[in-house]
Amino acid sequence: MADIRYLAPRTLDEAIGAFAAAGSAARILAGGTDLLVQMRSGIVRPGVIVDVKKVSEMTGIEETVDGGFRIGAATSGMALAEHSRFGKVWPGVLEAMNLIGSKQVQGRASPGGNLCNGSPAGDSVPAMIASGAVVTLQGPEGRREMKVEDVPAGPGRTNLKPGEILVRFNLPPRSPGSSDAYLRMIPRTEMDIAVVGVGVSLTVKDGICTAARVGLGAVAATVLLVEPAAKALIDSTLDEAALEKAAEACRAACRPIDDKRGTIAYRIKTAGVLLKRTTAIAAKRATEK
Amino acid sequence: MNIVTDNKWIGQRTIRPDGMDKVTGRAQFAADTSMPGMIWGKILRSPHSHARIRSIDTSRAEKLPGVKAVVTSNDIVDFPIEKGAVMLGIQDMRWMCRNVLARDKVLFPGHPVAAVAATTEEIAAEACKLIEVDYEVLPWSIEIEDAVKPDAPILHEFNKWEGKPSNIMGHIEHKRGDLAEGFKQADIIVERSFTTRPVHQGYIEPHACLISVAPDGKTTIWSSSQGQFMVRAMTSMLTGIPQSDIRAIPAEIGGGFGGKTIVYLEPIATMLAKKSGRPVKMVMTREEVMRATGPTSGSKCTVKIGAKKDGTIVAAHGIFYLQAGAFPGSPIRGAAGCSFTPYDIPNLLSEGFDVCSNRSKVAAYRAPGAPIGAYAVECVIDEVAETLKVDPLDFRLKNAAREGTKAAHGPTFPRIGYIETVEAAKASSHYATPLGGNQGKSQGRGVASGFWFNAGGESSAQVNITEDGNVVVTTGHPDIGGSRAGIANICAELLGIDYRRVSVIIGDTQTIGFSNLTGGSRVLFASSMVVTQSAEKVIQTLRERAAKIWNIDPDAVKWEQGAAHPVSPNAGQFEPLTLRELAEKAPAMGGPIGAGVQLNTQGADGGFGTHVCDVEVDTELGIARVIRYTAVQDVGRAIHPGYVEGQLQGGVSQGIGWALNEEYIYTKDGKVDNPGFLDYRMPVCSDLPMIDCIMIEVPNPKHPQGVKGVGEVPLVPVMAAVANAISNALGLRFYSLPMSPPKISAALDASVKQAAE
Amino acid sequence: MAKIHVTTTVNGEPAEYLCEPNETMLDALRGPLGLTGSKEGCSSGDCGACSITVDDRLVCSCLMLAAEAEGHEIGTIEGLAQGDKLHPLQQKFLEHAALQCGICTSGMLVASDALLRKNPNPSEEEVRFWLAGNLCRCTGYDKIVRAVLETASEMREAAQ
Repeated sequence: MADIRYLAPRTLDEAIGAFAAAGSAARILAGGTDLLVQMRSGIVRPGVIVDVKKVSEMTGIEETVDGGFRIGAATSGMALAEHSRFGKVWPGVLEAMNLIGSKQVQGRASPGGNLCNGSPAGDSVPAMIASGAVVTLQGPEGRREMKVEDVPAGPGRTNLKPGEILVRFNLPPRSPGSSDAYLRMIPRTEMDIAVVGVGVSLTVKDGICTAARVGLGAVAATVLLVEPAAKALIDSTLDEAALEKAAEACRAACRPIDDKRGTIAYRIKTAGVLLKRTTAIAAKRATEK
Repeated sequence: MNIVTDNKWIGQRTIRPDGMDKVTGRAQFAADTSMPGMIWGKILRSPHSHARIRSIDTSRAEKLPGVKAVVTSNDIVDFPIEKGAVMLGIQDMRWMCRNVLARDKVLFPGHPVAAVAATTEEIAAEACKLIEVDYEVLPWSIEIEDAVKPDAPILHEFNKWEGKPSNIMGHIEHKRGDLAEGFKQADIIVERSFTTRPVHQGYIEPHACLISVAPDGKTTIWSSSQGQFMVRAMTSMLTGIPQSDIRAIPAEIGGGFGGKTIVYLEPIATMLAKKSGRPVKMVMTREEVMRATGPTSGSKCTVKIGAKKDGTIVAAHGIFYLQAGAFPGSPIRGAAGCSFTPYDIPNLLSEGFDVCSNRSKVAAYRAPGAPIGAYAVECVIDEVAETLKVDPLDFRLKNAAREGTKAAHGPTFPRIGYIETVEAAKASSHYATPLGGNQGKSQGRGVASGFWFNAGGESSAQVNITEDGNVVVTTGHPDIGGSRAGIANICAELLGIDYRRVSVIIGDTQTIGFSNLTGGSRVLFASSMVVTQSAEKVIQTLRERAAKIWNIDPDAVKWEQGAAHPVSPNAGQFEPLTLRELAEKAPAMGGPIGAGVQLNTQGADGGFGTHVCDVEVDTELGIARVIRYTAVQDVGRAIHPGYVEGQLQGGVSQGIGWALNEEYIYTKDGKVDNPGFLDYRMPVCSDLPMIDCIMIEVPNPKHPQGVKGVGEVPLVPVMAAVANAISNALGLRFYSLPMSPPKISAALDASVKQAAE
Repeated sequence: MAKIHVTTTVNGEPAEYLCEPNETMLDALRGPLGLTGSKEGCSSGDCGACSITVDDRLVCSCLMLAAEAEGHEIGTIEGLAQGDKLHPLQQKFLEHAALQCGICTSGMLVASDALLRKNPNPSEEEVRFWLAGNLCRCTGYDKIVRAVLETASEMREAAQ
């Protein structure tokens, strides 16, 4: 039987050292809500588990001077919800994080884990992509940044280099009249993996949409940034014609599969339906501010 | 026979005797038990859907340090197929011995092939990987339509149907009148075919057992089961250990719904314990539960109903093909026997076909077969009523079975409560409330009825008075729904004492007489009969003791409000003698006060229910949600209303899951693709509304308290009620379950397209 | 595999145990700690029968390594009652018949308690969505939700 080691480093350098040294045998442990399930079912057999929750830069939420947010990659959804300001500025990212699994799962699941697990259906990812977040990575070769939408490489895979750990998410400051929303289609009311997930972030000024980003999940090998959908919304009054154009762009962007959660046809149709509904919620939030 | 009507405890929502342990985490379920020296058992399971076992080499596994025993089918008693059926209840031991450990052939992915006991679970699992099995892989089929094809791979070579080797293993038929003539009289005929998928009972507690076998063969079994006597008998038959040497103790059971009325682990763990000389614990993982324990059948059914313009049903034909899985035994009896039973149909043919295929063997699931058949029949009934433009409940009233109706499955009904359930549904505030509207969502209402046979059967009980004047009742059936609470109410009522002075426990096979399974909606019916008779004997003794003290005739003594009283002032002026006083005097007055009764209880009446369901459908996404539900049922007598309602609410929620989201999904190589609670989608708390219950009491005159079984009827009408509601909302009929969003969405798109053309 | 020695607090009492690196908190509770009140229904975080609190936060103990408990405060079903004094939730569950087989009950109670400590005045919808991670197959949830709502109401009154 393989030996397995559990390490709980206190600094980022220690964590990277241990993680990089163990190579492909290492796994990062944040909330554990993916890792432990995979270990239990035998999909993953790590040799070294690096628990990053004691690394202070990786847990916690900080609002920066310019109104942006830095979220430690291992912060739980519940902790995000308890922050007094975050949910007011980024309601979509928050609701996306807190749709993952159950309340029990949300007590542990982290945005870093959700992104790096590489599931095309991870709930937080479309909203993070829509937010324009940039992640800070650190590895043996140093620190760098990457756009969130560039992280997923395929089912179960990311574009992080060997030994790199995703340290934190950097969300940009919001201009006035901005908000976001996330909706997903699941067959029950909770507890399902998203069949389709849509995150929309936008800015509305005097009734015109001046900025928008659309993230689309569970319809391709990775979560997608759908620029044509955003383009259809920008400079419009978010009227039915614009929404329909954006919905069509989402439908066109889908490259889904038939699986135990949904059919190709259903996912494509639903992508369009959810785009409209999510945009409407984001717009309402943006104009109510 | 006494129908107690003026009650202090019967009908009260008392606190159940086992409740404290369950809300504090103290209750001992099978996986909570341990014994000194305990080791762990694990099963090696077939990776193939269908294969001949050429050889099994366990030598490398046996050599792994920490391994204490290995077993294969060589260690399990064989019941040769050619020697004919050996029945234990409804189970044929020829199939049981092969289901527990594969012999000659594996018949589904997950079929146990061998087992190992070792000092840790990890070592046992490692050892399983070292067992070498040489398989000759064979072609397989899972779905009924594939299994009945002329060139289908045959699971059981001995079996023939219409002269040819076949996977059709059995057939049942109920006939009445002349079908062809009947249909000739019909003004309208509706014929539809339906498909349902296999669904699992979904108990949250996986199967578990802890078994120790002493060197002299004395065996102690703790297990999660719906029948400790069944566990004892099956384990005895499959291991060769005499029943008298086996003590089967029922742990608290974390849900069964029929799925734990057979054994999977116990014979294996027993042989591992015997061979290793150590107690062996075995606990299934959720994945093992989903892959290798019986769900209920998938089905293909066709129902044809003919009616006259005036709303009278004149003829009905039901053909129910049920999927048995690896071994024969799908619940065709329930499908064929129950589905038309709420109605008086003069010309009827109801037939069931039992079909084997390469998936796990089905196990009983709450009114086995009846929900499947009722789904088909109740949907066609709805269409007929709709075509005739008659209210669906009025249509049922017009054709309702009543006292004197000859039921499809044979008996002539005594006084039954079916019509009352339909009338109560009609009169309910739910039915009177108009449907609301919600932007972008369509609402609809559906109704359905259902029937289940219920059962009596063997039960034993003892009622013993403690030296300090309280009561211990020992019964023989595992409690899966609150039967201990009901027994406490009855015993308290009979003895006239506070229910808190009554302890109700479940005996094991060494401490209580034979009692049949917990299933068939029979536990309260049967156990309360024997408890009542035991209590009556105890009361007789108490009266005799008082009579002796007072020096009067026992006939001049009555038992009332927990004490002996003279029948009238003529009998004498005596202060009442309480239970406590008589208990204290017992040693001097003839000895312990107690009585036991064992019976094969008779006189169970079937149960009827009628349900009303409102749904709301998000038409853009095809998602249907149940927003209001009322279950009406004739319960005979609600001994403990809270636990009777609990049965109704639990059955309804299982049916909603079956209707909307639950199904077994297979990969293209025949393996279960969703063997866990993530993708086997059972209703969660936010999926359901409050479930309102209307309990009709038409007491069973053959039972001392008028009890009728209640546990299974609640599942029978649900899928049809939901389907009829969705049909009402969308104007579209669905002929297959589950009615999941992609299916509803596709049907809506197709109908829009059709309308446009 | 060398075992890890963990020092932690369980239900307010100091506790310690040895565990394998890959053992879960649920394994530690049910094994060396002898606290079998938390149940194993699925081991994949989908049923909630193993629910506990870690520093007052509701989690699935099957999704946490036993080693992670070091330095934290663990709360289990066994800590809900105070001696022979039941928590109001436990009492209400009994009164409402909000349990049948009881296998989900430990998790339901821990989760409900976590809800009421966070939100003493939940709506029916809030209760239902909070408890979505606790599967029950016996009751259809009706009586559970009623018990939680009534407990919340009585606890609010008592607090006034």
